[in-house]
Amino acid sequence: MLEIAIKGSKKYWIWLGALLTVMAVAFAVYIDQFMNGLMITGMSRDVSWGFYIANFTFLVGVAAGGVMVVIPYYLHDYERFHRITILGEFLAVASLIMCLMFIVADLGQPTRMLNVLLYPTPNSMLFWDMCVLNGYLFLNIVIGWKILEAERNQVKPPAWTKPLIYLSIPFAIGIHTVTAYLYCGLPGRGFWLTAILAPRFLASAFAAGPSFLILLCYLVRKFTKFDPGWEAIQTLSKIICYALIANVFFFFCEVFVVFYSKIPGHMSHIQYLFFGLHGHGALVPWMWTSMILMFIGITLLVVPAFRNNETLLPFTCIMIFIGTWIDKSLGMISGGFVPNPLHHVTEYIPTVPEVIISLGVLATGLLILTVLFKLATTVKEEVRG
Amino acid sequence: MKTIKENLLKKSSRRGFLKVAGISAVAIGAAPAIKAVSVASGGGADSLPVKTANGESLTAKRWGMVIDTNKITDEVVESVIAACRNAHNIPDFNHTPDEEKYPKTRPANKNQEIKWIWEEHYKHAFPEMEDEFIAEKFKSLPFLVTCNHCKNAPCVQACPTKATFKREDGIVIMDFHRCIGCRFCMAACPYGSRSFNFRDARPFIDKINPDFPVRSKGVVEKCNLCAERLERGEQPACVEASEGAIVVGDLEDPSSEIRGLLNENYAIRRKQELGTESSVYYIM
Repeated sequence: MLEIAIKGSKKYWIWLGALLTVMAVAFAVYIDQFMNGLMITGMSRDVSWGFYIANFTFLVGVAAGGVMVVIPYYLHDYERFHRITILGEFLAVASLIMCLMFIVADLGQPTRMLNVLLYPTPNSMLFWDMCVLNGYLFLNIVIGWKILEAERNQVKPPAWTKPLIYLSIPFAIGIHTVTAYLYCGLPGRGFWLTAILAPRFLASAFAAGPSFLILLCYLVRKFTKFDPGWEAIQTLSKIICYALIANVFFFFCEVFVVFYSKIPGHMSHIQYLFFGLHGHGALVPWMWTSMILMFIGITLLVVPAFRNNETLLPFTCIMIFIGTWIDKSLGMISGGFVPNPLHHVTEYIPTVPEVIISLGVLATGLLILTVLFKLATTVKEEVRG
Repeated sequence: MKTIKENLLKKSSRRGFLKVAGISAVAIGAAPAIKAVSVASGGGADSLPVKTANGESLTAKRWGMVIDTNKITDEVVESVIAACRNAHNIPDFNHTPDEEKYPKTRPANKNQEIKWIWEEHYKHAFPEMEDEFIAEKFKSLPFLVTCNHCKNAPCVQACPTKATFKREDGIVIMDFHRCIGCRFCMAACPYGSRSFNFRDARPFIDKINPDFPVRSKGVVEKCNLCAERLERGEQPACVEASEGAIVVGDLEDPSSEIRGLLNENYAIRRKQELGTESSVYYIM
């Protein structure tokens, strides 16, 4: 099947070439980080995780979001998702590979990363995160590949894929739950120390993942002869609507608890993010932008006239994607570390090399996504044609 | 013609060869290895006969520290920090790197510095006990903060490779060669006691102490209660430099000096409400 990926239009090759260029530049910058250490980043003693882990957290959500097409199709036989299920699974594959790359980019000693396997430590949430992330990646590769292959050969997919598909559902929930557990089990970090964190992560994931999937459906429709179907997109937009409302609702639950109880260790972080603390407020405009984008997103999805408008929908999805990205990446990481446990305010702003390396990871993910989507759409065109 | 080595590899299989090589390596390395075991186990494991190899070493069931805030002056703070820095090759980012030895050293970012023991004011050492009407003397008093060697250490729980671990004698310590630099422990520590080597420390060390390893870039580090000095029968560097303000000893031994101090004085611990069971007490 892979031979499909090496036959493409001029546009296809230009796009891949552009991605490879970004990857090459980012790799050169990464060599500098590898040789000289994480000093090239904006991270510090007080804010010891930054842009890499922020993007990692967000992309785990995008990967988990794929389950929003898998559940309706496989558990409820929702036929309209038949055509886009494979797109959701391949989106999960690309996102997970980006997640793993972000983790490796963040390690101080990447050559020692296998120590996590050599000295397995079940009491560390990072160990479990590694297990579920790799498990979910493996499941999606196998399932996606086998189902597409069966479709190409116009036979039924092998029976053993069914249990794997069912298994992938708890894994999808699992990857984001365990990722939330990385944060919410830590004493002394008031911003993260809340049981609502995992549900909130899932809610924002089920908004961000399907939003990106809708955008991809529009692109697929534009660049290939394969049509994912307007009804499927409409159903996705309703899923996004519910998930986004849940995300904002959970956030308000958090805000109520924090500001009504007035416990300083919990209040100071949200104060920093939305109003600034002791004269530091680098994230204030970002956080308000995020809130406004999510509210506009909810409005445009709740009102049927806006939601069913084919021209407006991609813009709504872009707003939601950016809104949830700020909320869960920039805000979630910096918000947890600022102020630090001793109540000092050290702000975090990513450096240019850090952003370039991150762009390199994103370019790699997009490259994998492009190739996988090319396979999927070409097979589907073949079968129909 | 095959060489003897190749034949050996073929006949006895590579695995067998490795076994032989391994055994000889063990034989050569055995003496220091046994010594290392005795070092690592400290005073805790009674079952290990090698424990008594070093008769002078200071041992405890659970090491603890008492800091008498009445005796901490700016001079004491300075000499304590300097003693710790010199004992453990802790870089000083204010130090100007030697141009000849370390050409083209990039400027240091103060926010990425390394601290094992440092000075804080009351409201930062005890942020949840901030009080606008507290006695004036406490507001400006220098407090020394460091790793608390918690009984329930969140950093130990978080570490995915057991690079941070707890010894039987209560010291929370690190294996710098196993650490992958994920910094999960730094997020987990509720006291901000951990530092990460964002860069090579060497250009910023004035004089390297050959008795303690210089860490490579990319690993986390923190106070180790001078485990290497206790092993030699010496007091921790900070205790020696503190003019009596810092005392370490066995928390589990009712007749120890620090238990006496805790009995006679009102002492508090940082963030007691978190249940980490810090082993560092502050006499107020």
